[in-house]
Amino acid sequence: MWGCMRAVGQWMASYMAQIFHRSANTIAKASIIAAILLIGGLLWAGLELQRSPYYTYAGVARSQPVPFSHLHHVSGVGLDCRYCHTSVETSGFAGIPPTKTCMNCHSQIWTNAPMLAPVRESYRTGKSLIWTRVDNLPDFVYFDHSIHINKGIGCNTCHGPVDKMPLTYAYASMQMEWCLNCHRDPGKYLRPHRVKEDPKDPHTMDDQVFNMTYQQPTAEHPVVLPDGQSFTSQDALGAYLVKVKHVRSVRDITSCSTCHR
Amino acid sequence: MTRADLHPMISRSAFRLMAAGALVAATLALGGCGVRLDMHVQPKYTPLRESNFFSDHRSARPLVEGTVARGQLEADTYLYTGMINGKPGTDFPFPVTEQVMERGRERFNVYCAPCHGRTGDGNGIVVQRGFKAPPSYHIDRLRNAPVGHFYDVISNGFGAMADYSSQIPVKDRWAIIAYIRALQFSQDAKASDLPPGTKISSNPPNVNLPGSEPHDITPDGITPTNVAGGNVAK
Ligand code: HEC
Ligand code: HEC
Ligand code: HEC
Ligand code: HEC
Ligand code: HEC
Ligand code: HEC
Repeated sequence: MWGCMRAVGQWMASYMAQIFHRSANTIAKASIIAAILLIGGLLWAGLELQRSPYYTYAGVARSQPVPFSHLHHVSGVGLDCRYCHTSVETSGFAGIPPTKTCMNCHSQIWTNAPMLAPVRESYRTGKSLIWTRVDNLPDFVYFDHSIHINKGIGCNTCHGPVDKMPLTYAYASMQMEWCLNCHRDPGKYLRPHRVKEDPKDPHTMDDQVFNMTYQQPTAEHPVVLPDGQSFTSQDALGAYLVKVKHVRSVRDITSCSTCHR
Repeated sequence: MTRADLHPMISRSAFRLMAAGALVAATLALGGCGVRLDMHVQPKYTPLRESNFFSDHRSARPLVEGTVARGQLEADTYLYTGMINGKPGTDFPFPVTEQVMERGRERFNVYCAPCHGRTGDGNGIVVQRGFKAPPSYHIDRLRNAPVGHFYDVISNGFGAMADYSSQIPVKDRWAIIAYIRALQFSQDAKASDLPPGTKISSNPPNVNLPGSEPHDITPDGITPTNVAGGNVAK
């Protein structure tokens, strides 16, 4: 690098010594460094920009035909994700509820609310509500919910605090580096489906993958399995679950053809 | 354009340097702005993707009237209707095992508890927010109602209650009914002064319905015993 610059400098000097003042040498060197820094900076800015919410929409609430609130329906009414996203355990696609699912309740609740007029209109005419996609992978990526749910990755590990969202936003960038970060060490995130039931905590009676308040084990809050085994760290629990859930090797699930097929 | 056109004094190496700079700039411009999306948005239907071909814009097509999809010929009519000769049946179409009961409990808590409450008392949170109150499962009429009646209510709705046929697969509906039966037994048998939570937090009693021997369990937890609904037609 420096050798190259010295060569350029010497070349300049050999031609222009008579025209330019000595300081031109320094200016020339400085401007070359500046140019390299500028190009590097632009590259860096470009990479950061394509990771930023401006490009990925992570954290940006999307406007919807009806201001549907997960906050009210999940935290407020206490609905389980599967009441609406019925196919999340069995198929690649989680499922977006049809208008009829809303009408199960809104045939009697908030029946005159102007907010819900598009839902009633859709129910009457049979025309689908068109929701704005929040998370959307490019078509050249293969993704499947069912395997992630069945092996024990919680909804909020990928989708964030959905139960606290008045309007849904994407929590993660869903870029390749994000997927790989987990595929390189899935044990960091695995949960057991069932834990030992504790009458004081109703959440312990449900499937933990759908439990939006699940906490990874710590010394103060161990995670106890139904058979009595107790774990005080995610390392130990993760290693155990990788074994009993037969999670495939890191080599398998980081191979390009797992996600690009 | 050659080096000489630019300036006679610019050497070959300087020209190369400039050319390389221009190439980097062009690559950046192409990569950063003029992105092509052919592979991002491929001309194929993914679930719920809009179609310009059909007038209702749905790419997922409903069945043509009068046709049956492969694997959906519902030959086992009792499993699919809960009715025998037009009357609600009294037996389960498959043995009720521990796994079926566990599955039923989970599905009940997801789909029914919002209105019927976790204990089946009919005072779920949606009811507290203004939905018509359903009857408690622990009234005599429902305690004596045949299982086929419950199946009919889940599949076709009942009064103010919508049907759940699109949300709950057939075998899960039966599993839910098994669990409701367990709830009814447990509420019947235990002292009524226990706080509601304690009645269901423990394992529900394993109801031993006719024909429930230990049985192979498929991943979804349920195996119908026979395709013709045998232990019903006896
Ligand atoms: C009452 C029905 C209902 C329940 C319950 C529900 N959702 Fe949703 N969900 C919807 C609807 C409707 C949409 C589409 C509108 C939107 O994006 O807000 C949606 C959208 C989403 C999306 C964004 C999908 C996309 O890419 O466009 C995610 C993620 C999601 N839900 C996760 C969850 C999770 C996790 C739970 C459980 C904690 C849950 N939902 C419970 C109805 C529901
Ligand atoms: C299980 C019953 C149930 C279902 C299913 C349901 N809702 Fe609701 N919804 C409620 C209740 C209860 C409220 C009142 C919320 C409250 O009191 O906090 C509500 C309130 C609302 C509101 C008013 C504003 C707000 O967020 O509180 C909107 C809008 C709404 N729901 C849209 C929908 C849509 C769209 C669907 C279908 C995807 C749907 N709901 C499905 C029970 C339901
Ligand atoms: C491993 C990460 C991960 C987990 C765990 C996960 N999701 Fe998703 N989810 C995604 C990705 C990625 C997409 C975008 C899929 C696409 O664009 O094809 C998505 C999309 C969705 C959608 C939009 C419809 C669809 O399927 O494209 C809904 C609804 C949804 N998720 C709900 C859930 C619920 C409910 C859970 C928990 C039971 C869950 N997700 C768990 C990563 C995840
Ligand atoms: C939080 C952890 C986590 C994240 C994030 C995650 N995955 Fe996975 N993924 C897993 C686990 C665990 C498995 C199961 C491996 C096995 O089969 O044992 C898996 C398996 C898969 C498989 C294999 C499915 C099959 O049927 O062979 C695909 C494809 C996949 N993931 C795609 C993705 C994509 C695409 C993303 C990013 C949008 C993603 N995953 C993000 C944990 C994750
Ligand atoms: C865990 C899943 C996963 C694996 C494994 C994976 N990818 Fe990807 N890849 C993705 C996702 C998700 C995207 C889309 C990222 C986005 O939306 O920006 C992607 C995008 C890409 C792109 C396009 C980038 C762009 O900006 O358009 C290329 C090229 C690519 N991957 C190559 C590879 C190669 C080569 C491998 C193997 C070394 C690989 N991928 C392995 C998930 C994966
Ligand atoms: C949105 C609230 C709601 C949900 C969710 C709901 N129900 Fe109901 N259910 C009702 C109401 C209201 C009635 C009373 C209907 C009437 O008399 O008009 C009822 C009545 C019933 C009855 C009694 C019928 C009779 O003979 O009187 C049964 C059995 C029943 N439901 C079962 C279920 C099952 C099983 C589920 C879950 C799959 C379920 N319900 C989910 C609201 C609900």
